[in-house]
Amino acid sequence: MTTFFQLLIYGLQLGSVYALLALGYTMVYGIVGMINFAHGDFLMIGALSTVFLAMAFMSTSGTLSALQVIAIILIAMIGTGLVGVIVEAVAYKPLRDRPRMTALITAVGVSMFLQNFPRALPFIGPNPRPFPRLFPLIQYNIGGVTITSTQLIMLFLSLLLMFILYYVVNKTPLGAQMRAVSMDKDAALLMGININVIISMTFFIGAALASSSGIFYASIYPQVDVYMGGWLGTKSFIAAVLGGIGDIRGAMLGGFILGISEIFATSINSNFGYMIGFIVLILILLFKPAGLLGKFSIEKV
Amino acid sequence: MKIPKHLSKSVLPIIGFAAIYGLIMLLKSFGIANNYHIQILMFAGVNIMMTLSLNVVNGFTGQFSIGHAGFMSLGAYGSAIITTLLLKPSVIPSSMQIPVFLLSLFIGGLVAALVGFLIGLPTLKLKGDYLAIVTLAFGEIVRAGLRLIEPIGAARGMIGVPTYANLAWIFTFVALTLFVVRNVIYSRYGRAWIAIRDNEIAAEAMGIDTTRYKIISFTFSAFIAGVAGGLYAHVVSFIQPDTFSFVKSSDLLVFLYAGGSGSLTGSIVGALLLTALPEALRFLASWRLVIYALVLIIVMLYRPKGLTGGYELPFLRIHRKELYEGAADPTVPEAEEGE
Amino acid sequence: MKKTSRVLLTILTIAVFISACSTGSPAAPAEPEPQANGEKTGETLKIGVVSPMSGPGATAGKYITNGVKLIEEKLKAEGGLLVGDTRYPIEFVYEDNEAKEETTTNVYQKLINQDNVIGIVGPDMSKAILAAGPIAQSAGVVAVGTFTTNEAVTQVGDYIFRACFIDPFQGRAAATYAWDTGYKTAAVIYNNADAYSKGLYENFELAFTELGGEVVEVQAYSGSDIKDYNVQLTKIKAANPEVVFIPNMFTEIPLQVRQARELGITAPFIGGDSMDAPEVAQLAGFENIAGTAYVSAFSPDNPDPVAQEFVKAFNDAYGMNPNSNAVLAYEATMMILESIKNAATIDRKGVRDAMASLKDLHLPSGTITVGPDRNPIKGAAILMYNAEGVPEFVVNVNP
Repeated sequence: MTTFFQLLIYGLQLGSVYALLALGYTMVYGIVGMINFAHGDFLMIGALSTVFLAMAFMSTSGTLSALQVIAIILIAMIGTGLVGVIVEAVAYKPLRDRPRMTALITAVGVSMFLQNFPRALPFIGPNPRPFPRLFPLIQYNIGGVTITSTQLIMLFLSLLLMFILYYVVNKTPLGAQMRAVSMDKDAALLMGININVIISMTFFIGAALASSSGIFYASIYPQVDVYMGGWLGTKSFIAAVLGGIGDIRGAMLGGFILGISEIFATSINSNFGYMIGFIVLILILLFKPAGLLGKFSIEKV
Repeated sequence: MKIPKHLSKSVLPIIGFAAIYGLIMLLKSFGIANNYHIQILMFAGVNIMMTLSLNVVNGFTGQFSIGHAGFMSLGAYGSAIITTLLLKPSVIPSSMQIPVFLLSLFIGGLVAALVGFLIGLPTLKLKGDYLAIVTLAFGEIVRAGLRLIEPIGAARGMIGVPTYANLAWIFTFVALTLFVVRNVIYSRYGRAWIAIRDNEIAAEAMGIDTTRYKIISFTFSAFIAGVAGGLYAHVVSFIQPDTFSFVKSSDLLVFLYAGGSGSLTGSIVGALLLTALPEALRFLASWRLVIYALVLIIVMLYRPKGLTGGYELPFLRIHRKELYEGAADPTVPEAEEGE
Repeated sequence: MKKTSRVLLTILTIAVFISACSTGSPAAPAEPEPQANGEKTGETLKIGVVSPMSGPGATAGKYITNGVKLIEEKLKAEGGLLVGDTRYPIEFVYEDNEAKEETTTNVYQKLINQDNVIGIVGPDMSKAILAAGPIAQSAGVVAVGTFTTNEAVTQVGDYIFRACFIDPFQGRAAATYAWDTGYKTAAVIYNNADAYSKGLYENFELAFTELGGEVVEVQAYSGSDIKDYNVQLTKIKAANPEVVFIPNMFTEIPLQVRQARELGITAPFIGGDSMDAPEVAQLAGFENIAGTAYVSAFSPDNPDPVAQEFVKAFNDAYGMNPNSNAVLAYEATMMILESIKNAATIDRKGVRDAMASLKDLHLPSGTITVGPDRNPIKGAAILMYNAEGVPEFVVNVNP
């Protein structure tokens, strides 16, 4: 029984990482109708910039205070958000009226660029680097199950971010505008909404969330390198579709489902863990073709 | 002497292919070209076949398959099992090597086609992005599944696949594929596919059984991909499941769309150029892939229809202007925009 | 598409192909000229060096290239390799195999056909040389794996050699050390997607059970990109072993060690030769890795004069101690150079035959003789990480 709860904890930990990443995917898809294959690399940018920020902060003291940690996280998130905005403006905006596959291939190119450009820079390089300890590590043992303070803090922060996002999208004017654009771009334009600003904001938020996901992921597995985002991005895309792409709650749900099932499947057979995400996805799509919380839009002729 | 038109479509291209092959062999004997170049050409050839296969589904039928590497791997493993595990070079007489090789390719294609058919049945009812996800999932499930099977080497891969494939075989198969694909596109199957691509609802309303044709397209494409995978295995002599991951699938997508989907010439150009480019850029060391990525982004920004923009070489051309993506079809009335 | 665009596109395609063709350097045979000191200058000989200069194994690549560069600089200063009365300039061609099997096959093709090398040093990973070895074998070019310890490597063909010991020996060394230290139960976590990891684990298990020990739990994971070992480690923890054997790559070990300690596993670890990289201690955390022993091809504390000379030269040139990667790359290169010296004719076959009969070559990790199966007969050392993350010499193990 203790194993079950131990695995559940790992599942929630992994799930929160997937959920945060899936949120960015789903938001971009919902608003621009585009699958941004480069999204996973925003995760990597967040993690990598945190490494350098921590080095800069630590050069004076040697350890990090709580205030410094919060500052680092915020700077990393905002910085990555800006990268997201720039990427959108340069590579995706010109293709907004083109067939979707064009933007997709461009996204592949952007992903390749985001991975290899830092790698080519001499001070970054391809080697994995240790991730600094941002959160204090205290182990709690409850009935044979080990929980660490890192896990608790991370879980709390992820849920906080998700809650903030949900609030912004559903209860603020900005969120209302975002929802309007995702429902009908042309109508929103007619209503006086500045589409470009909204789209940029969406990319900013999505990239910032991905960056936080990267920081949390790197806190669990403290080894970062320029390629860490690719595969995670694909998995969180699966999570987003699983939950219903375009739906924020769906992304969160999908992320946790994916994380938990992956951990449990790995405990049966490590290869199985590899496959489980896709199997769960297909099973769900068979019964709910639009994902768990998704809705099909009626195709009019 | 004026060459009759129907001959110019088939005989000339064949002579052209043979001539190019002859030229390459000549260069090799002079030492200007060597095995390294030949290998690049062989990879390019396999990629051309794979891109053509993807073109059938994505370019001409307008579907959204992004897991095509899965079919390639089924073909690769299917044919490798025949030539490496079952009918090994050590147990068959050397005169039988070529027939065994061809048989293995056929079986590889068949395995891929069968799986394509089985996958296609339930999933081709899905539309757009959902179909994409399922094809992606399929590709990865095949990969994860292959990693579990010990007799074929599991995740460590299979070594020692006999290198039966040489440039002549690759040339032959590429030519054959072009010939077959072009003629199928010209047939009623191709016309149905293009109708589905341009407006699926209208096609359905006109009485075309869209699901049936979509499945045929998928299966046909999978067969080609399987044969290409088999050829690949016999070029590279070592295959492992991770070669055929989503990265490979996205490489194929790049070849297709950067070259120009819906155009057979586009598939040739895209696959050729983008296979050779990373090799040509080797002198850039760690900046190699950065430049490659930039080239890709620039191509998509400035030539969104792909490098060829829908152009077809004369012998590949099908004389219907409306068959090319993006061009207006004068015979079908403009669809109303829904609000 | 307009006619001009068509023409431009065709020209572009051809141009790309041509430039793909010209990435190699053509071999330039030179006429031997008599020098002032009576030496003749022979043709430039090329040796390929394949290592992971990018990707997850890139640290190993750095050590490997540094090890070879020591020789390169020395040869440049001397003007080349002296064979009899002729000096042959040696050119080293460094290629990156990205720690991938496919890229290794590509790179081998290029070195063999484009650069016309007379021999190849590397790669360092068993799975990479297993995949690319057949190419060298059928082309008749000597390939010397530096750190390729899996048994099957030299079985690929008679042109494939290695500079390191083999896994049966290594597994036995690890098992003997564990048993002699008093551990009776062991657990293993290994990568079943890597021939090296699997082979080493199997050899360890064989030897350990022969000695009387018991392997109480075996857990596997599939792939070097996996970061989460918690599930496997939880099961290992439940089995309560006295020692945990981790025959994995140095990119995977740090997280395994960390997660194991965070889970509450206090048993010490034993690793294989791939643990000999400074990043391991850094990434794993000094307090986590302290007390971890591993089998190594080389110990910088070895008092042998040849070893000490090598350590000093490496330190002077690069400001750090060499590790097994550097040593083995150095030794593999020396093996090829020595074979060129002893060769009946200076060509690919001559080098191969000379290498197969290499005897008593005094190298930093010991005196080696190439055995009939093309495996060098050499010993190993057991090193252990101390509390500062520095490996210290424990004991020598002889074949």
